[in-house]
Amino acid sequence: MPLLETRALNKRFGGLHVTNNVDLALEVGQVHCLIGPNGAGKSTLFRLILGEHPPSSGAILFAGEDITALKPFQRIRRGMSVKFQVPGIFKALSVRQNLEIAMQHHYDPATLREEIGALLDFLNLTADAGRLAGNLSHGQKQWLEIGMAVSLKPRLLLLDEPTAGMSPEETHATGEMVKRLNAEGMTVLAVEHDMAFVRQVADQVTVLHLGKVFAQGTIDAIVADERVAAIYLGQATAQEAAHDTSHAQTGGVHA
Amino acid sequence: MNALTRFFRRLEGPQTLGRGPLFWLGFVVAVACAMAYPLVSDGYTVGNTVYFFTWIFMALGLCLIWGYGGSLSFGQTAFFGIAGYSYGILTINFGAAYGFTFIALVFAVMLAALFAALIGYFLFFGRISGVFLGIVTLSVTLVLERFMAQTAGPEWKIGSARLNGFNGMSNMPPLTLPWPGGDIVLFPDVELYYVVLAMLVVIYLALRILVNSRFGNVLVAIRENPERAEMLGYDIRKYQLGTFVIGAALAGLSGVLYTSWGQYITPSSMGMTAAALPIVWVAVGGRSDLTTTLIGTVTVLAVFQALTIHGSQYALVVMGAMLVLTVLLAPSGLIFALARLVARPFAKRQPGDV
Repeated sequence: MPLLETRALNKRFGGLHVTNNVDLALEVGQVHCLIGPNGAGKSTLFRLILGEHPPSSGAILFAGEDITALKPFQRIRRGMSVKFQVPGIFKALSVRQNLEIAMQHHYDPATLREEIGALLDFLNLTADAGRLAGNLSHGQKQWLEIGMAVSLKPRLLLLDEPTAGMSPEETHATGEMVKRLNAEGMTVLAVEHDMAFVRQVADQVTVLHLGKVFAQGTIDAIVADERVAAIYLGQATAQEAAHDTSHAQTGGVHA
Repeated sequence: MNALTRFFRRLEGPQTLGRGPLFWLGFVVAVACAMAYPLVSDGYTVGNTVYFFTWIFMALGLCLIWGYGGSLSFGQTAFFGIAGYSYGILTINFGAAYGFTFIALVFAVMLAALFAALIGYFLFFGRISGVFLGIVTLSVTLVLERFMAQTAGPEWKIGSARLNGFNGMSNMPPLTLPWPGGDIVLFPDVELYYVVLAMLVVIYLALRILVNSRFGNVLVAIRENPERAEMLGYDIRKYQLGTFVIGAALAGLSGVLYTSWGQYITPSSMGMTAAALPIVWVAVGGRSDLTTTLIGTVTVLAVFQALTIHGSQYALVVMGAMLVLTVLLAPSGLIFALARLVARPFAKRQPGDV
């Protein structure tokens, strides 16, 4: 049974069909990357999975349970956790307090301090524990938020452009962090632009284009797919894309 | 001793200024001075000081909702008024014997809290926030003011309590302590001063524990970033509602104490001016901390009264000017800014460090 599954998921904003019949299945233990050109509907799909928007139709299942009607905090309690694109941290609070707020209901109060210490070490933020989170560097803010998301011990970790604005070194370090978390048993779904990062971490890649699943497969298969290169270079017209997607849904694209 | 240490530890934390033996020594000295104050003053002045104290509960409640929770309620006076009138209606009907005034106090505060729970449910579970929360809460208090203002006729009475429209309700008994050998009636004098001072110390300490607890952690998280707080698995609506109800109960306590103090309450206590004043007290002192709110409220009230004596019509103008200046020059509050300025050369860490 997949950990996360979307079934014929649709989202329309007025006449705009942002998520178009998306079927996605995430197996336990996978690192799954969601890529696609700007406006492909990646963020909307993310928000549907989190419950920030209700879908127009379709269903979302988590570990076999239909969570389509659940509120975001209820989905988090089922075992999801998210890191936003823009670092969603508590800027006026210290780094330690950020983690404490994330962790206080998931750990025994007696061992909370040690657990926070261990996580600070993992994030390379021990020296900055007392600083205000808003004063951290951009990369550190991203790591802090990843740390907060991870501290909930989720079964599914959702990452929305985790490396946005990071240097290549920071991006690589983030990739290693994701691989370590995955090795510890966390399933990961990441929206990502940085192809080096995708290559570094992804077991499976889904390409979204104009709200539809355009292609799906391993990173090598996706990179070898000329049509994927075409949409990234802006050569595919909407008509071609429509044709190609219907093609994809018959299974022809699966590399 | 160990239990005492643990108790003190719960009073301190990242959400409150002031920690360590020096701060608590200062606290004990301040309380001792407050206790000694009636010895060097006369009953009338002490009774007048109680008037200042009665407002602090409402200010602390607003500090909790606004300063810690990030939701600006413009209508704390609604809960002040509901509790004040409830106290009047209950005590006029049932008298003051057997300590009933204190039962009436509890009932009145509970009614205010219940009303807040009802309104707050629709506000927070309807995801109303920001300026709209302020508009709705202000509307509620103004509607209550209008309603009470038209209750002048003899048909507006509950039991033997006439509501009396704009003339206000009066002649309810003051708080009365049952005592062996004769009840102690708490007129605005030294006895009432000690009772209210005790309430103030207890509630100040209780709120310190609350904001430094896990609940308080979530509260400031909601203020900083509600989406992130929800995405950590917190049902933020429940936290906001809980905070709103506690703040309303404190406003209600102010309402009861005020009504009992002057044996009088009028609809204007829920009017526009009355609704705006708590915001001035809390903003000027420093809304993000309980201690600065407390000190700020007492200071502003004292200045306000001095101004009223020396030139009544300008007092409110000065209040407005103070609010504008605070917002422009020291958005976190004058006392907060001053304290940080004084503390900076001595502090090894930056404010907010743990």
